[in-house]
Amino acid sequence: MNTVLALSGVVIKEMCRRKDFYVLFVLTAVITLVMGSVNFFGDAKIVRYLKDICLLLIWISALVIAITTTARQIPAERESRTIFPLLAKPVSRGQVILGKFLGCWLACGMALLVFYVFFGVISGSREHEWPFLQYFQAFWLQWTMLGVVVGMVLLGSVVFTAPSSNATILFIVVVGIIALGRHLNQVALQQPEPLGTLVYAVYFLIPHLEWYDVRDLVIYNQHQLGWLDCGLATVYAAAYVAMLLFATGMVFRRKSLNL
Amino acid sequence: MRKPAPYFILVLLAAVCFSVATYLEPRVADWNKRGQSGSVLKLLLGDGRRLFANHFFVKADVSFHSGYYPSIFDQRKAPKGSRHMTAKEGEPEEEEHERQMNFLDQPKDWIERFGRHFMVTEHTHLQGGDEREILPWLRVSADLDPQRVDTYTVAAYWLRDLGKVKEAEDFLHEGLRNNPNSYEILFELGRLYYQNYHDIVRARNVWELALRKWFGQESGKKEADLLQFEQIAVNLGRLEEQAGNYERSVALLELARKASPNPAALQLQIDDLKQKIVVRPPPASSTSR
Repeated sequence: MNTVLALSGVVIKEMCRRKDFYVLFVLTAVITLVMGSVNFFGDAKIVRYLKDICLLLIWISALVIAITTTARQIPAERESRTIFPLLAKPVSRGQVILGKFLGCWLACGMALLVFYVFFGVISGSREHEWPFLQYFQAFWLQWTMLGVVVGMVLLGSVVFTAPSSNATILFIVVVGIIALGRHLNQVALQQPEPLGTLVYAVYFLIPHLEWYDVRDLVIYNQHQLGWLDCGLATVYAAAYVAMLLFATGMVFRRKSLNL
Repeated sequence: MRKPAPYFILVLLAAVCFSVATYLEPRVADWNKRGQSGSVLKLLLGDGRRLFANHFFVKADVSFHSGYYPSIFDQRKAPKGSRHMTAKEGEPEEEEHERQMNFLDQPKDWIERFGRHFMVTEHTHLQGGDEREILPWLRVSADLDPQRVDTYTVAAYWLRDLGKVKEAEDFLHEGLRNNPNSYEILFELGRLYYQNYHDIVRARNVWELALRKWFGQESGKKEADLLQFEQIAVNLGRLEEQAGNYERSVALLELARKASPNPAALQLQIDDLKQKIVVRPPPASSTSR
């Protein structure tokens, strides 16, 4: 476990050194603050458009951080040949995968926490309400979802040849699932056989990342989620993460480390 | 040749900057004028901005429903037009809209059933002053597509409802500058004069103009906007009744009756007015038109 934690620490330090997070955070903050300074019909109580924009930027930024950080982990180690001394420590390939996953996921969590604190301050200062539990649920679900995304990108990084192609493909897949995943069953029912069954199978196979997007509940001050639902969604994501990491380990074990 | 001192070069460059600035300043003012007539967004996006304008108008509608809104897969069930955005509970538009918004069928599987815990599943409309939350999207939509009339009428309706009458009037005037022939904007402006300023003369003038514009644009059409026509005629008829011009009021209500989905109710009002004419002939001075 110490090996895994040490590996994850390296990933977190790398994220702190790189400028991706800072650039995205500053962009999010500047766009949100500029939009917040716009006066719409002289009404200072209008706030939901700001929450909407801020949360959208947080989602985009978090996905960019998760995918780009994860996509370069294993290819960078192979390219710089640091993977050889690392595996000679001795560290198993499975531990490398686990360490990389944990590091990327924790790094995403830290970045996400900063974003949500900013969101909470902006939203609370305009709305004068502080639904901390709802914000925590939104944060937790998004972080859980990012765990699945990190798992998918790690698998992609041992399957695809270049980090750029991996990142692009995974971006499309993740955005596609978030936008269309909920409706695939409707689409399946309208298709002729055997296409209908095939689409329905895809619907059951994909991780339903759209569940974790509870922005509407936060923006429109809707009901707080049930803790049982949050727990079940976490278990669902954990199962997918376990499956993805296992698959990554299997591919990585057979993969030649020479480029 | 002796090399000039760096300070001298700096002063020279500053002088050049100043001269260029004084030369360009009047021209930049001209650029701004061009920007006002077309707006920066028009210059940047061209006609593509109308697509974005529609997106933001829908966004206002989504906000009005607190996130409960049909997706692209439920588009056939999506609300048509924007009348539901200005309809109060119990009105026919609202009842029709209630049926349209019942788009969530029974969940087909456990994934869909569980997924509904994480989304808004109840049809509600903003109330208690929260309607202000749709205004930013409407403002942006109007900036992107100044020819979209709904944007002005819906925003003005809620601005008036929120007590921001001056802002509503300004926004409607902006809409009218961009759409000088819009009877919808004129009708909304008339309502503002009548209901908020209690200015019968201006309301009448604006509604008369709206009626003329309606006849000019819609009378020959197969699918004319009869609902709007009825609203203009009925409101103008009531105004005339209030002013004591019963004959004119009867004439307008009779026009409205032809377009109304509920002519019997209007007929009752017409009969009532006719009785008033018999009992009390209109004074000669009240014919201000």
